[in-house]
Amino acid sequence: MQRRDFLRLLALAAAAGAGLRPGAGEAQAAAELYDVPPFGNVSFLHLTDVHGQLLPVYFREPSMNLGSGQAPHLVGEHFLRQYDLKAGSSLAHAFTHLDFENAARRYGKVGGFAHLATLVKRLRASRPLALLLDGGDSWQGSATSLWTRGADMIGAQKLLGVDCMTAHWEFTYGAERVRQAVESELAPIEFLAQNVRTLDFEEPVFKPYTLRSVKGVPVAVIGQAFPYTPIANPRHLVPDWTFGIQEPRLQRLIDEVRAKGAKAVVLLSHNGMDVDLKLASRVRGLDAILGGHTHDAVPAPVRVGGTLVTSAGCCGKFLAVLDLQVGALGVTDYRYRLLPVFSNLLPADEEMRRYIARARAPYEGRLQEKLAVTEGLLYRRGNFNGSFDQLLLDALLAVKGAQVAFSPGFRWGTTLLPGDAITFEHLMDQTAITYPHTTLSELTGGEIKAILEDIADNLFNADPYLQQGGDMVRVGGMSYAIAPHDKIGARISDMRTGGRPIEAGRRYKVAGWAPVSEEASGEPIWDLARRYLRSRKNLPPLKAGRPRLIGVKGNPGIE
Amino acid sequence: MRINPIRRSLVAVLAAACLKPFAALAATWNKDGFGAKTAADALKALGAGNPLPSKDLLIEAPQIAENGAVVPIEITSNVPGTTSIAVLIDKNPFPLVAKFDFTAGALPFVKLNAKMGETSDVRVIAEAGGKHYVATQEIKVTVGGCGG
Repeated sequence: MQRRDFLRLLALAAAAGAGLRPGAGEAQAAAELYDVPPFGNVSFLHLTDVHGQLLPVYFREPSMNLGSGQAPHLVGEHFLRQYDLKAGSSLAHAFTHLDFENAARRYGKVGGFAHLATLVKRLRASRPLALLLDGGDSWQGSATSLWTRGADMIGAQKLLGVDCMTAHWEFTYGAERVRQAVESELAPIEFLAQNVRTLDFEEPVFKPYTLRSVKGVPVAVIGQAFPYTPIANPRHLVPDWTFGIQEPRLQRLIDEVRAKGAKAVVLLSHNGMDVDLKLASRVRGLDAILGGHTHDAVPAPVRVGGTLVTSAGCCGKFLAVLDLQVGALGVTDYRYRLLPVFSNLLPADEEMRRYIARARAPYEGRLQEKLAVTEGLLYRRGNFNGSFDQLLLDALLAVKGAQVAFSPGFRWGTTLLPGDAITFEHLMDQTAITYPHTTLSELTGGEIKAILEDIADNLFNADPYLQQGGDMVRVGGMSYAIAPHDKIGARISDMRTGGRPIEAGRRYKVAGWAPVSEEASGEPIWDLARRYLRSRKNLPPLKAGRPRLIGVKGNPGIE
Repeated sequence: MRINPIRRSLVAVLAAACLKPFAALAATWNKDGFGAKTAADALKALGAGNPLPSKDLLIEAPQIAENGAVVPIEITSNVPGTTSIAVLIDKNPFPLVAKFDFTAGALPFVKLNAKMGETSDVRVIAEAGGKHYVATQEIKVTVGGCGG
């Protein structure tokens, strides 16, 4: 039976109410989903943007992802049509936001390193020499990763058998922590980043690539850290390093590894998918770019010239398998799968389960403090406010007595279902960063517009190299209109607060968090939001604010 | 990256932050050029009113500045007989930020750090055989802080 046919059957079964229930159906579903026949002679397993999530979570994919109108900028029904997925199926649930609450209850949580470990072992049983690549953003995004400065994740990566990684949020622990981890904790994992150099003499800070022999086939993996780390995150945390895409240097390295005999060359990238698609059109000699950062879960590679460009989702929800047939002249054929990690279908690996329990033990009490019960769905991901952002904004407005509130457009952060208790751990899933300070400042209407314009341009600029991969800053206390396809300075209009127009010359009290300047101080957002939540037993459903959109009709990036 | 020894020493010499308009290795101080408040006036003072766009003039600079106060700009002129390279940042209060003169045989390669207050076109003007050539790149200066 062809895979696609099977998926159709599975979808039909699910639609008929069979679902993935315990018993024979479950085992059957797991066998069909995860028995990926081996292919070729060189295999890569790829995960990315785990964001500290060691345990299974819910994660709602975006209902809005505006952009080119092609992968990865497809959501909902448009996504199902593009990839021929059946509505209501487990894969439709994994890849889209559709009917999220019901589907989440039916198919259960996703990810979790104990379940991921089982899947990795299963795939390695048929691909014993597969290289496991981690695209970065593993050490950040949870309470325990923050409190251990990434050490809990490093232990889990090693146990999982990661071979190589690159980085982004890892750098927000500071240059010293990264250097020390790479030098004394990370082995045997190789930390690869061709595009990080010292500011003074432009010398490489990290190993740029690794050359491995897989069944006698020389293979190169080049690392590409997030190019805009010092811009999107605080500069002062990596004061002596410069990043950037570094195309010419990448080309030289590709030529170098080819000259050394590499028959397959892959870039382990934290550029974001749009940047990777452009990069693939401008450098020669990459067989694949295994990408992350923008958290796009894309079931099939996009082919750009001779390069396959992939993006493997986030939060441990997916594991990608790239099998290559490599001959004397290079790559001749491939197979790619982006496998959703359904925790219910993959029994926990005992060794990993024990490791996670040990790593969490000192913190369990703090993590499990129940702050309130949510009556609505709480999520973050999407171009504009998610409902969990709305919660943070409401807390900022109330506690700081502000007219307007800003919250960063991060793409990590897990999802809670109606009726779930919001624990302190869940709050940290949305806020665990090394610069969590809350602020209150007076800004003029003109300054507010300039900030929105600047951030919108980092998201919607037509040139992918000018996109930084976050989503739009979340706003509370105000409304506005946005024309994403316009130019900087002309996108934002009709800004209002309290029903009245925001005037360029007037001053407004604006609350926010996550300031990038070194001098910033203020109560951490998780303390402020915890107080706000403790004072409420039940949190009614929150309507996520969304600007009025101009000029996006028919865009498949919106439902 | 391989950097040859000559180039490395150049990088070192020119790595100091350029917070004011200056002219390293300049033969004469072009007062009108460096004092000009618009790019058009600066070009006029350089005698480069209508420079020809050239693909032989290469700019290697970030598309987005990591730090607007110190933007690294690397320039190579492959225009035969280049005798000077000037750098203009259109939106700076004084757009002409540097001019380099090359005596016979000197390699027309320079690297400098410039300060930029806002997103702007950076124009590089090379002079060769009495003619002027131009290459342009926009460099974006952003408040940032929202990625990921």
